[in-house]
Amino acid sequence: MNGVHDMGGMDGFGRIEPERDEPVFHAPWEGRVMAMMRAMGCVGGWNLDMFRNARESQPPSFYLTASYYKSWEKTLETLLLERGLVMEEEIVASRSFSGSTVAGQPLRAEDVSKALKRQSYERSTSAAALFKVGDGVRTRNIHLPTHTRLPRYARGRRGTIERVHGCHVFPDSSAVGAGDDPQWLYTVVFDGSELWGTDDDPSLKVSVEAFEPYLEAL
Amino acid sequence: MTLRVRALETVLLEKGLIDPAVLDLIVEAYETRIGPRNGAKVVARAWLDPDFKRALLEDATAAVSSLGHVGEIGDHLIAVENLPTLHNMVVCTLCSCYPTDLLGLPPVWYKSAPYRSRVVRNARGVLAEFGVNLPPEMEIRVWDSTAETRFLVLPMRPAGTEGFDVDALASLVTRDSMIGTGLPKLPEVGP
Repeated sequence: MNGVHDMGGMDGFGRIEPERDEPVFHAPWEGRVMAMMRAMGCVGGWNLDMFRNARESQPPSFYLTASYYKSWEKTLETLLLERGLVMEEEIVASRSFSGSTVAGQPLRAEDVSKALKRQSYERSTSAAALFKVGDGVRTRNIHLPTHTRLPRYARGRRGTIERVHGCHVFPDSSAVGAGDDPQWLYTVVFDGSELWGTDDDPSLKVSVEAFEPYLEAL
Repeated sequence: MTLRVRALETVLLEKGLIDPAVLDLIVEAYETRIGPRNGAKVVARAWLDPDFKRALLEDATAAVSSLGHVGEIGDHLIAVENLPTLHNMVVCTLCSCYPTDLLGLPPVWYKSAPYRSRVVRNARGVLAEFGVNLPPEMEIRVWDSTAETRFLVLPMRPAGTEGFDVDALASLVTRDSMIGTGLPKLPEVGP
């Protein structure tokens, strides 16, 4: 979707403000939100792409003004409510009105390390890769109303295949419950001038990780 | 937020969906174990050991997993090497993708609109705000983490570190130098 989360190249957000000696969490509740998201990710029945889809579907004014973990907390509520795992009234009352509707067991202490390790998103395929390193490509000018990972600034642009990563879970499908739908994944590199015009820094190159359906041969 | 989050945790606990002791372990892992010191050890090892560096640039997931003290890490880690002619930077313009296994949770600025919006267009301006000024002829390469690949910048080893051991080298490797918004610290010059 063409949301405010897709902010590459936008103006007006001001200076970057690094914080000296930044703590991992700025308040205990932030850690609880992060941990609940990790733990529920194992039993909630959603995947990473559904999580991202839910977060970027938040109203733009909320997305842009809420702190990161406030946005995560709202996303977690949305994912739970959508699946009927929790009711709004239960959160307000701070108690459960009924038992769990999930068959699985909660995340156990002995599985924490495994749960925190990033899983593999590579999948096998019988399809041959359409592109090889060095090929010229153009990104498609696609404007899906649902989740996608081709940023607006990199649509309809000429670039070069720099790396071939194998076949990976396709977020556009995975986010809407259409399965893994594995697709070849590439690093596509663009000249800065192709993205931003010739007035900008000539020494800049930018790459995106692009799935094959985002690309066409030049 | 504290009350709302506590309420949500209570509901999930009563439904048997979470174990609060497990949440404690997750928070503790991010606060104590999973942080940029892990990445710094990897960079220092690459500076010292050409074979490891080659392996890291070839397949970073496999190379890092072979280092027992950093431990197993997730798939699709890619190390990108800074050169005298090339400076790498990492961003996720769409959300907050970050090499968490090696660097821990990302800092607030990395997830913020100013960084995500600007670095793919005006990388030099961003670098200047971090106090980094590179020669105009140096190529700047920004890696937008739009899939499940994760990028670790391998910065250049600072001059004056001949004879340093792995711990001394790792102490010079900052988090920002592995994101590309900073450079490693310079060794302190003796009196």
